[in-house]
Amino acid sequence: MSLLELRDVEARYGPVKALHGVTLSVDEGELVAVLGANGAGKTTTLRAVSGTVKRDGELTFSGARLPRRAEATARAGIAHVPEGRGTFSELSVWENLRLGAYTRRRGNVKEDAARVFNYFPRLEERRDQQAGTLSGGEQQMLALGRAIMARPRLLLLDEPSLGLAPLLVTEIFRVLATMKSEEGISVLVVEQNANLALAHASRAYVLEVGRVVVDGTSDELRKNESVRKSYLGY
Amino acid sequence: MPLLEVDSVFKRFGGIVALDDVSFDAEPGEIVGLIGPNGAGKTTAFNVITRLYTPEEGDVRFEDESLLRTPPSGVIRRGIARTFQNVELFRGMSVLDNVRVGAHARRGEQSPEDVLFYVNLHSLRYRAASELPYGTQKRVELARALASGPRLLLLDEPAGGLSHEEVNQLGTFIRRMRDDFELTVLLVEHHMGLVMSVADRVHVLDFGKKIAGGTPAEIRSNKEVIEAYLGAPA
Repeated sequence: MSLLELRDVEARYGPVKALHGVTLSVDEGELVAVLGANGAGKTTTLRAVSGTVKRDGELTFSGARLPRRAEATARAGIAHVPEGRGTFSELSVWENLRLGAYTRRRGNVKEDAARVFNYFPRLEERRDQQAGTLSGGEQQMLALGRAIMARPRLLLLDEPSLGLAPLLVTEIFRVLATMKSEEGISVLVVEQNANLALAHASRAYVLEVGRVVVDGTSDELRKNESVRKSYLGY
Repeated sequence: MPLLEVDSVFKRFGGIVALDDVSFDAEPGEIVGLIGPNGAGKTTAFNVITRLYTPEEGDVRFEDESLLRTPPSGVIRRGIARTFQNVELFRGMSVLDNVRVGAHARRGEQSPEDVLFYVNLHSLRYRAASELPYGTQKRVELARALASGPRLLLLDEPAGGLSHEEVNQLGTFIRRMRDDFELTVLLVEHHMGLVMSVADRVHVLDFGKKIAGGTPAEIRSNKEVIEAYLGAPA
């Protein structure tokens, strides 16, 4: 059974419709990629799931209707790492991580922080530093770490590679793969580095103007000529 | 004679040396790439050139005259305009009003409306900047910079949020813009496909030091650059 299911989901910003009926699913422990041009509705799709944009349609999570309010969605086990990271720049690394655990009722915060530091040793070195003074790559690590602190069942990631050097992008995806295999976290990731995304995803959806136009396994998409030309570049 | 000369510049923040004896230049009409790992000092270099930061040592010359006596507000009148890594638009203002601010700062020869046609944003001119997708916001920033009629244009990660195909189009566009507006372009970017295809020369920073400079072909085969930044070819 799918962990997350969207059927005919629509979303709008004021008078402007951004999603025209998106249908997609993410299975338990699966990493699924969303590809598409600028303005295709990728970010809005993630926002529709986390309840940070007004949306209509059928959304189920773990068999139950997905709550409408963002806070309830977070409590249900969905963590959203937004585009541009959204770390609290005035707070320290440690404070940002603790905030990640805010919605949880159980569990040991220190133990979870140790897991985050294990994934990203740089964050431990910078534990007491203000988040705003971290480099772009370190802020992305912090945003991911903060999401892990919530012990989510589903992680929504919006362009984790944005502004990161090639070596760091590879590192971030390596950590994602480890998280998925060791902790069974499901991941829905929007990513412009389509080659890398397909290398780690089992399936992917291609959005155009607010609709899914192609979907399939990563292998199928790699063989699709228009996907190759537009997103993979070979 | 170079249009821009960054000459033996040091910039420190507390104990951190963000720029450590960095020198590079840009000839008129050149597209110059500035690459390096996160935290290497690329954006700091932009902030020194645009006078947001004052270096402790060294000089920055534009048209053979030091920029260090020009206040930040005067930089645009000298003919230097920029875009920002994380998009710094006037969020509540329309696209057109954002571009008007650029035109107002220094009387560009083109009207804001003309510039919007040029960057293909005219149909969106009355939309609020904050409503637009990330990649489109980056294009609004570019239009705002162009509207000031610059001689030197600093682009901080213009490919952020764009798909492979869109990045290709952006590359063509940067070259066309350089020719049409007789610009010199300084480009910070992690998308190596873009940098290597549009730049005439590339400079590489690592931990605040310049570790290499040369043609794209020379940089791509430079061992130190591969180790510090590029990683093994994917």
